[in-house]
Formats: sequence, structure tokens, C-alpha cells
Amino acid sequence: MHVFARRGEEREPPMSETYIARSPAVAARMLAGEMMVMNSENSTFFTLNEVATAIWQAADGHTPLREIVRNHICEKFEVTLEQALADADRFVADLVEHGILLVSERPITLEPIQ
Amino acid sequence: MSLMAEVGQKAFNLGVPLAVHLDVTYRCNERCVHCYLDHDDHGEMTTAEIKDVLDQLAAAGVFFLTFSGGEVFLRRDFFELVEHARRLSFNVKIKTNAVMIDEADAKRLRALNIDTVQISLYSHRAEVHDAITKLPHSFGRTVKAIEFLRDQGLRVTIANVLMTANLSDHYGTQKLAAELGVHYTLDPTITPMMDGDTGVLGLRIPGTELEEVFRNPALVGNQEEFCAPPKPPTDEDMEGYSCSAGHSFCYISPYGDVFPCVQFPLPTGNVREQKFLDIWNFSPQMNEVRSIQARDLTTCSSCSHVASCTRCPGLAYMEGNMRGPSTADCEKSFYRTGVPTANMLRLGLEKPQSAARAGQLIQIQAAAV
Repeated sequence: MHVFARRGEEREPPMSETYIARSPAVAARMLAGEMMVMNSENSTFFTLNEVATAIWQAADGHTPLREIVRNHICEKFEVTLEQALADADRFVADLVEHGILLVSERPITLEPIQ
Repeated sequence: MSLMAEVGQKAFNLGVPLAVHLDVTYRCNERCVHCYLDHDDHGEMTTAEIKDVLDQLAAAGVFFLTFSGGEVFLRRDFFELVEHARRLSFNVKIKTNAVMIDEADAKRLRALNIDTVQISLYSHRAEVHDAITKLPHSFGRTVKAIEFLRDQGLRVTIANVLMTANLSDHYGTQKLAAELGVHYTLDPTITPMMDGDTGVLGLRIPGTELEEVFRNPALVGNQEEFCAPPKPPTDEDMEGYSCSAGHSFCYISPYGDVFPCVQFPLPTGNVREQKFLDIWNFSPQMNEVRSIQARDLTTCSSCSHVASCTRCPGLAYMEGNMRGPSTADCEKSFYRTGVPTANMLRLGLEKPQSAARAGQLIQIQAAAV
């Protein structure tokens, strides 16, 4: 399945913050500018385009999604914050559904691999 | 084409080592009658050396990492290595006989999000399995470990190497896998010993038995399609390559030697002496392997099976010529389709020459330390 950060309709920014973290269940590697991500739990396999890869790489659990989008997407890809956030929300929801990303309204701290 | 296949093709075209098979030891607690390894320790890489190799592999773009051996759990640092690999975000598969895995180990593997644990099981009958492994009670211990791993929700695959000693047991073993709720694969390939001894090839199942395996829909899927006569090769087929060995896949031994494949004992370099990427990109041997297209093959380029044969360049190399035929695969092509191969016709054979009678095989050259 391909995941793209598509351009969406403008909307009001959400009131609360969203934090995202890469699931520790996944394997990931960059191949020719695209991130491959695989969830061993359900064998889902994704490749992320350049925009989605930028969000994925910045998903440290502590940086709000709004800040990730502002710092890594808007300037580089010349889109407004509202446009980019709408796309990012859909991207995040898709990857959360497949267990690739974790999402919370509070910062996420993951246990390091022992 | 599936997304996974697309990614595999992209890595192949770009020359990215997408998958690596790393043997962390050749030591083993079983003494399987068909095993090709020398189980003495001639100087395995240390924990630090293997971790450094893993760092290099991650930087080189390796995504799929298989830990194998020998028996991987004989290394006291094995979990430490797996943890390091998972920290580097590899997709990790483990090949093991599983006799040392207890419930706590299974939980630990689950927590590390291992993709697959592949376990060697030779029969559904304890006496047959134990006679092959030469380890008393190994059947019971392996099956118990399979249950531990399955109960943790791990993906488990039973790998059943088929040989004369367990020839009639693959139906029963497949049924056992279904009862255990795990996957099953069957492999009729017996590989020559590392020292070139071909004695173990006498354990290869007779070609006539391959016919039966190839007509088992549970193993081959659509039998009509699988056993169909070969189609004439296209220009694209003739420009194609045998497999991913040296293109997007390679093998690293416990001593740091890098080979195009686990079944292709052509030394290309050693990670104790060179950086992995220098070997991968610049080894003349690796570059020779990846230069060979179907049209360059001696004998096989004129074979009607050239586009569909599973010809293994490593087995061909062990028979003396990496561009030549692999007798074991000639057998498979013939017994799968009933159509003689060019190699058979060249030798005037009505049936394939048994791979067990192939000439002296090339010896693997592991670095002595």
C-alpha cells in the first residue's frame, strides 16, 4: 500500500496538540528517498513518499505534529500550515490504524529496546 | 506486481543490499545427517565485531536481516545481537532448531518484534526427526518451543528439508504444522559440505520423488501452471539474471567472510579487513556475479527452460562453473515439466544425471583466524 500526503481542503487548526511516535514494532529503512516501513505484527508493508517520510522521521513522541509539519513540511514543500496539517492528520490516522505510528494528545515516551 | 516485489526490483536495479543472511556461529547442538557445515569454532566474530557489521549493514540500506547458523542460541550474546539489530530497525528473521528456546525466551523474542522464527523440523515422527538430528528428544523440545513461540503470537515457519531419511513424511509434517497453527515450507535441496565433500548429496531424494512433490497442490499452488511446459524465452528473459545473489542479497559467515549467497561459496571479501560497502560495491568477484545475464550462460542459454528454471548460480559454481548448469535444478526442471533440459540433451541423457554424481565441488574458503 502506498501512503501519500495528499493536498486537502483548508480547515481550522485543531485546538489540542497531537503527538506521534514511531511504533517500536516496526522495521524501517530508507530506499532511494522513500521510507520502507513494515509492521511484523500484521505484516503490513508501506512505502512513504518524501513528505510522509519527513513526518515519520520527526515522529519522536515529543514534538507536536503541528510543529513537525511547520518545521519539516510547510517551508520545504511550499504549502500552508492548514493544508499540510489536514494531509498530515489523514496520514497519521492511516498509519495509526495499521499500527505503524502511535498517537496521543500527550507526549509519548517509549521504553528503549533492552 | 505487489509493493514488496516493486521494492525488491528497485533495490535490485539500484544495487542496494536489501537483504542479508548473517550466520553468527557454525557451532550446533544437533548433528544433522545432511548438514554442510563444519561445526568447530575457527574464530567467530566477537559481539563488538558483529554489532559493527550490523551498523554498517543498516547504513548500506539492508532492511531484511536473517540471523542463522549453526544454532544461533549457542551464542551467549545472541539476544544482545538481536536487540542491537532491532534498535537499528531491521526486519529480523531467525533460523533455529529451537531446542534451547523456553517460554521466557519466546516472550523476549515477542517483545523484540521479530518478524519470523523459522524452525527446522524433519518429520512428524519423533524417531525420524531425532535420527536425522542425532540429538535424542530433540523432536519434543523443538515442538514445545514452537508452541511457546506460537502462543506469544510470533510468526513461526516449520522448514522441512526433504531427504531420503524422511522422504515419506512431508505430508505428516505439513499436517503437524497445520495442527500447531504455524506455516510450513519444504525444501528438497541438499547442499554439498563446506569442505567440498559431496557425500551428503547421496541423501538427496530421487528425481522420481520430486515428481510427486511438484504435484502436491498444497506445496506448489496451481499445479497445472507450476508444471506447465516452458515458454519460449523473450529478449527480456535473455537479459535477465538468475537471482538476487550479489544484486540485492548477500551472505556473511561467522568469520566475517562475505559471499553472494549462503549457497554460493565464492569469497568476495572479509568485513574484518574491509568495510562492507567496499566489498559490496567494489569486489571483482561480486561484480562478476552480478554481470551474468541469461544470454551469457553456457548450455543453459540454449535451454528451453532458461526463462523458468530455478537455476542456482551458487550450486553451478560448486559444480565448477557459475555460468554453467546446476544439476539439481536441471533435475527439478525436468521432473516438474517432463521436458528434457539442454544439459541432459548435451550429455545424451534420457533422465537427469543425479546431482550426487556431479564432479568434485569447490571448497568454501572461510578465513582462518
